[in-house]
This record gives sequence, C-alpha cells and structure tokens, in this order.
Amino acid sequence: MIKLKKFGLGLLISLFLSFTANAGSIKIGTEGAYPPWNSKDASGALIGFEVELAEELCKIMGHDCTIVEQDWDGMIPALVGRKFDAIMAGMSITAERKKTINFSDGYADEVASLAVMKGSKNEGLKTMSAINLSEISADEQATLDVLTKAFKGKTIGVQTATIHQNFLESGLMGKVTVRTYKTQDEVNLDLEAGRIDAALAAAVAFTDYAEKSGKAVVLTGPTFAGGDFGNGVGVGIRKSDQKLLNDFNRAIDKARDEGIISKLAIKWFGFDASM
Amino acid sequence: MDFDLMITSFPKLLNATLVTLKLLSLSLVFGLFIGLFFAVLRLRKNIFLNKFAYGYSYVFRGTPLLVQIFIIYFGLGQIEYLRTTILWVVLKEPYWCAIIAFALNTGAYTSEILRSAFQTIKPGFIEAGKSLGISNKIIFYKIQIPIAIRQSLPAYGNEIILMMKGTSLASTVTLLDLTGVAKYIISTTFKPVEVFIVAGGIYLFMTFIIHNLIKYLEKRFGYQ
Repeated sequence: MIKLKKFGLGLLISLFLSFTANAGSIKIGTEGAYPPWNSKDASGALIGFEVELAEELCKIMGHDCTIVEQDWDGMIPALVGRKFDAIMAGMSITAERKKTINFSDGYADEVASLAVMKGSKNEGLKTMSAINLSEISADEQATLDVLTKAFKGKTIGVQTATIHQNFLESGLMGKVTVRTYKTQDEVNLDLEAGRIDAALAAAVAFTDYAEKSGKAVVLTGPTFAGGDFGNGVGVGIRKSDQKLLNDFNRAIDKARDEGIISKLAIKWFGFDASM
Repeated sequence: MDFDLMITSFPKLLNATLVTLKLLSLSLVFGLFIGLFFAVLRLRKNIFLNKFAYGYSYVFRGTPLLVQIFIIYFGLGQIEYLRTTILWVVLKEPYWCAIIAFALNTGAYTSEILRSAFQTIKPGFIEAGKSLGISNKIIFYKIQIPIAIRQSLPAYGNEIILMMKGTSLASTVTLLDLTGVAKYIISTTFKPVEVFIVAGGIYLFMTFIIHNLIKYLEKRFGYQ
C-alpha cells in the first residue's frame, strides 16, 4: 500500500513537472487537409503556408511551438476545450466565429470560387470576374442573379462549417441543395465523380487539386470576397487569452514588415496572398 | 451548459431520427434476406458455395464498417467505367451507398447468427417431421426457420442495437441522419457537449425500445 502511495505521488510530481516544463510553449492546431494553407506530405508530416508561418511567428514571439492536427469540424470546440492554444487553419475571420473565439489581425486573404468539371453546362459563366459582398452593387446583384439561375435546383458541395457553407445557405445564390463534407478532399472526389454539380471553396483549393491530380476541375463564375466570406484569415485564440492574442498580433506585424509573410505566400500560393 | 440550445436542437434532432430509423429498417430488412441466404449456403455440403459464404462473412465481419462505407461511396465513385453503367443511378446517391454498406455488414453478422441457430436445432425436430412424411422443403420453412429465428432472437437483438449505432456512420457520407444533424448544429454553434448529449439520449432511448421489444418477443415465442 505504501509502495502504491509512493508510486502515485511520484506520478503526480512527474505530471506536475511536465506541466511546468511546458509553461513557455504553445500548441497550434491545424487541419492538415487544406492545401496550400496546410496539408501533409507523403510521410505524413504537416506542411504548408501556415505550418511555416507558425514556425516563423513562434520564433519572433520566442515561444516553443508544437503544431498539432485536428479535424476541421472540431477545430473551434477543441480550442475552447484547451486541446491547443491557437488555430492556424485557413480560418477566415467571421462575425459568427467571433461570438465564440477571438481572432488576431489577418495574415493572409484569398478569394472563394465555384468550380465545376470541364464540359459542365455551367463552365465559363458570363459574370463579373470578382464580386465583393460587403456592399452589393447593381452589377454584383446581376452577377448573383446569373448564378441563381444557373445553379437553380443544383447540388453544390462544400466543406462543413465553412464560410462557403454559410454563403450558400444565406440564399444570395437562390435555392441550391447544399451537401456538406468533412474535408475538402472529399468535396473534390465527389465533384469529380459527378455526385455534385458544383463545389464552392477557396479558389486555390481547386487549382491546387486540378494541378496535383490532373483532373479537369475548372473555376467558373466570379471570385467571392466580403460579407459571409469574412475579412481574411487570422489566428484563432480563446477569448480568455488576451496576452497570447497581443503576442500574435505583434509577431504578425513584424513578420509582415519584414516581408516574411509575403515570401511564404508566394512560395505556397504562387502569388502574394498576404495581408 | 447551454440548456436553451439543448431544447432548441431537440426537435431538429428528432426529425433527423426519422432518417436514422429509415436507414436502420431498410438495412435490417435487406440484411436479413442476405443473412438468411448466406446462412443457408453455409449449411450446404458443396465446398464452393460453403467457402464463398464463409469468405463473405469473414470479409465483412473482419473490416470496419466505416472502411466499407468509404470503399462503396468514395471508392466505387472513382471507377470511371462504373459511372457510365446503370449501377451509378444507385451508387450516385449517398443514401443508397450507406444502405448497401449497412445491409452487407449486418447481413454478414446475421448469416453467422442464423447459421449457429440452424446448427443448434435438435435433430429430433427434423426427424419428427421426416417420420410424418413431411417434405424437406416444408421441414425447412415450417420447422427449421421458425426455430432458428427463435433461437437467434437474443443475438439478433444485439445485432439490431449495434446496427442502430452503426447508422451514425452515414453522416460521414454527407447524410443528415441523427449524428449528421448533430454535427451540423455544432458547426454553427461550436457547442458539441450539449448537442451530443441530446443526440446520445435519443440513441439511448432507441436502444431501450429495441431491447424491450426483443425481450417481449423472446417471452412470446419462448418454449421449454
């Protein structure tokens, strides 16, 4: 019995030590399935724009960082549940998410786009090339009307819990059947299989897929920004962690000024997606 | 704990339970026929039929249901030739893909349950039938099957409960069943605990109903 008690005490002490040893370190959660933002290489190691940016930001902050993987649909609950301390997962800053967590200043931005398979009736729609939903002009409304007509009654696939899902459910594009998937990979697979008529995601997610898989996925219609699409991608942080938020904001400022973010963005996106 | 969310999500989850029940009942009906078919094959002396049935049950009991759904949904969807055939009408729909996977899975377990039930029938029952000059066919339908069903009730009740819980995997192929809708609500509220407690409660209630139904049937058809 005494032995057991000693063992228990030892266990407690070692637990305590392991906690204190980690005091200066933070864990960053990412999805690892949304290239080029974050993904995995053939050996299963996390790679991507945000993985490298996280390392740079941690260097500037002087924190010891570990990057951990988390499924997209559990990302915010996992942050709130203290599985990790920050989210860097291509997560756009939106009013809806801000009710639950805080966001750092944006570090990069990207536009969303619809995609169809080559040969689809809705390939090469005649619309504006880009629309911003923050204030919808008459021309932009006309473009939305074209989309509404083209995709009436069609099934569009999106990754679950994304700005893309929010937009389709907002009704700005009329009545479409929204099918939600756990990962963007699955959206791409079903688009290619023809189970869905179109898909909506970050434009780079489709171009990256088309390039790597050789499948005839093409963008169509305008690119989307503003409104439901949020204001850029930032680091998600628990509301109670004001200090960490300030640290990240300072680090992002510095990385931006030194051109680190631009450099990484060009490396991964092929264009300067930094902001 | 957000009790308001639990209350507001309850009717939505209840609605989704209908999808779960539909998936479950269709899978069980198809699965029962598949199971019976393969159980009978297992009792045959023909080595080829016997091994074929054994192989089927071995494969479907030896791999996770999730993997089976993924192979049928995402895997078969990748075969371009298949998309040009009539089969695609069915395989295009996530609903039918899920039912095919569930039916094949529960069919494998059901075939094992029924096989062992057939094998435990006392030879005396069959001999009694034969001594009365009843044909083998009638003996099979009127004596062996009813007894086998009675014998397999407790094990089959467990299989129904396992399958009911298994239908939650339908949410992985975009279906909005009970789990699918729970995940959907969580995707906008970011509160998994509340929603999953309600969903779990509904699953538990279904188990309660199935369990008692089987218990009643066991009593009703019991013999000493």
